[in-house]
Amino acid sequence: MKFPYTEKVLEHFRHPRNVGKLEDADGKATEGSPACGDMISVYIKVDDTTKTIRDVKFESYGCASNIATGSIITELAKGKTLEDAKKISWKQASDELGGLPPIKTHCSVLAVDGLREAIRNYEEKHGLSTEKEPTTIEVIQKRLKHVMNPLTGLDVVRTELVGDIRIEKGKISVLVDLPENHQFSPVIRSEIMEKLETLWDVSGVEVKFTE
Amino acid sequence: MFENLIYLDNASSTRMDERVLDVMTPYFLDKYAVATSEFGYSAGIEAREALDDARGRIASTIGASSEEIIFTSGSAESSNLALKGVAKSAKKGKNIIVSKIEDFPVLHSARSLEKDGFKVSYLNVDKEGFVDTNELARTIGDDTILVSIQHANQEVGTLQDIGAVARICQEKNVLFHTDATHTFTRVPLDVKTIPADLVTLSAHTIHGPKGIGALFIRKGTPLTRLIDGGFQEFNMRGGLENIPSAVGFAKAAELVTQEENDKIRRMRDRLTDRLLSEIPHTMLNGPKLKRTPQNANVTFHYVEGESLTLHLDMRGIAVSTGSACFSKSLEASHVILGIGGDHERAHGSVRFTFGRYNRMEDIDYVVASISEIVEELRKISPLGKGGYT
Repeated sequence: MKFPYTEKVLEHFRHPRNVGKLEDADGKATEGSPACGDMISVYIKVDDTTKTIRDVKFESYGCASNIATGSIITELAKGKTLEDAKKISWKQASDELGGLPPIKTHCSVLAVDGLREAIRNYEEKHGLSTEKEPTTIEVIQKRLKHVMNPLTGLDVVRTELVGDIRIEKGKISVLVDLPENHQFSPVIRSEIMEKLETLWDVSGVEVKFTE
Repeated sequence: MFENLIYLDNASSTRMDERVLDVMTPYFLDKYAVATSEFGYSAGIEAREALDDARGRIASTIGASSEEIIFTSGSAESSNLALKGVAKSAKKGKNIIVSKIEDFPVLHSARSLEKDGFKVSYLNVDKEGFVDTNELARTIGDDTILVSIQHANQEVGTLQDIGAVARICQEKNVLFHTDATHTFTRVPLDVKTIPADLVTLSAHTIHGPKGIGALFIRKGTPLTRLIDGGFQEFNMRGGLENIPSAVGFAKAAELVTQEENDKIRRMRDRLTDRLLSEIPHTMLNGPKLKRTPQNANVTFHYVEGESLTLHLDMRGIAVSTGSACFSKSLEASHVILGIGGDHERAHGSVRFTFGRYNRMEDIDYVVASISEIVEELRKISPLGKGGYT
C-alpha cells in the first residue's frame, strides 16, 4: 500500500515508544490545542545531580506525524543531559524518521517544542533558568498563549478569555472572563498557575474570575 | 491490489459497475463518431441518438423533459454553471443565498461571485444541519436572484426539506438551485412536484463514470453559459459531447434500485447503532432520521481523525474524516463547525458512506477495528482524562 509516510514514521506511529503520563514528573509541558488539530504533552524525570533526563513520556492527540515525532524525541532525549536534550531539533527528529511531509511540519514541531518547554519548566522550578529577563505583561501574555480556551480550542489570549493582567512586586494577578463555578474554571486556573509560577522573579500568582 | 479493501468512502467516489463499463466501451471503440445533426452522416446520427437517449433517461429519473437536461463534466461544473450562469443573466439584483454547509462547488462559486460584486447571504443551519425555512423567507429580499440549498449534505447526510424551500422561492419569485449530488437515485426527487429551477446531478457517486454530471435547467430559466464553443447542449455548454460517459451515466442511474437503497440503509444503520452503543464518548453527527441512506458520521471524542483513518487504512478500511490534518487545506470540516460543533468534534469525526459493493458481513470487522484503534489512541491522548472533558 502507498502511504505518505516513511516506514520508520509508520513504525513509530503504530508502536509509539514512551507513551503515557509521569505522575511525579519534574518537568512537564503541553503544546498545541485541539483547534489546530494537534496537541502533545511531554513529561520528564530529571536526575538532580547529573542534570540528565532519567525518564520521559508523552501523550498525543494528533496525527501520525505528531505521534511519530513524539515517540522519536522521547527516544532521543532519554539519558541525555538537559543541555544536550535542548539541542534536539526538528531537523534531527525528522532525519531520524527518514523525513516528514512538509505540510506536516507544524504537527511535528509541536513535539520538539513540548520537550524544550518541559525542560524549561524543570529549570525554572529549580532556579536554573539562565534567562533573567524581568517579567512584564508581554512575557505573561506570551506564556499564556500556551494555555488553551477549551470553549473554542484556541489559546486564552487570542480568544480574549484572559482580560486584565497585573504585575506588582513579583505578584501576578490574572482575570479570566468566566464564572468561577464554570466547568472549565478549575482547569484553566491550574494551567495558568503552572505557566506563571515558575517565572524567576514571581513570588505569587492569583487567578480571578469575573463572577 | 485493493481487492479486499472495505471501501466506505462512496460519497467521495465509487467503483464503477462493470455493466456501466460494458455499455460505454462501444462508444470508445466502434461508435466513436461525433454527434451530428440529423443531416449528418449515419455514424454521427447514431451517436446523436445515443446521446439523446441517455439524456432522456436521465431526465426521466427526476421527472424532467429531455431538453431540460444538459451534460457537464461533473457536479462541480453543474453547480458553477447554476450559480454563475444565473448571476451573469441577472439584469438586476445582487443577492444570492446559500447555506453555510454547502459543498465546495456551491460555496466557492458563491465566494467567487462575491469578488465580482454580488452579495452572498450564508444561511445558518441548526445542530442537525437543517436550514430554517422561516429564516430563508426573511432573508429573501427584492435584491435576491438565487437561492442555492443542497438536497442533502455531503458529510453529515442531512436531507433538507427542499420541497418547502423550493415553494418559498417560487412564491417570492426567485430562482432555486439544489445540489443533488448526494441524493440522485438514492432519495427520490421529482421536479414535477418540487419547483426547483436548477438541479445538479452526478454520475461517479452512483457507480457511474467520473467526469460527467448533469444540470437540470427548468424551461425558461435565464442562464448564461460559461463554456463557449459550438452549439452543443442546446447552446448551453460548448465542447465535444462525452457520449461514452453520457451513456454510462444513464445506465448507472437505472441500475440503482429501491432494494439496493434499502440494503445500504440497513448496513448503515447497523454500523451506526453498533459504533454508538459499543464505543463510549461517541456522538452521531447529523440527524438520526432525515438523512441519506448511505451516510453515517460519528465523532470519536479525544481522538484525532487522521490517525484513526491511517490506522483503518492499514487494516484495509477506507473512510474520510473532518479533521484538519486530513484535508488538503488543513482546515477542519466547515460542516461540523457549521452545525455547531467545535474543533475537537470535527477532528474526531469520521464519515462512512456506503455503496453497491459493501457487504453486511464486513460491518463486524469495521466495528471491531475502530473499537480497538479508538481505545489505543485514547490511551495515548492527553484529552479526556478528567481535564477537558
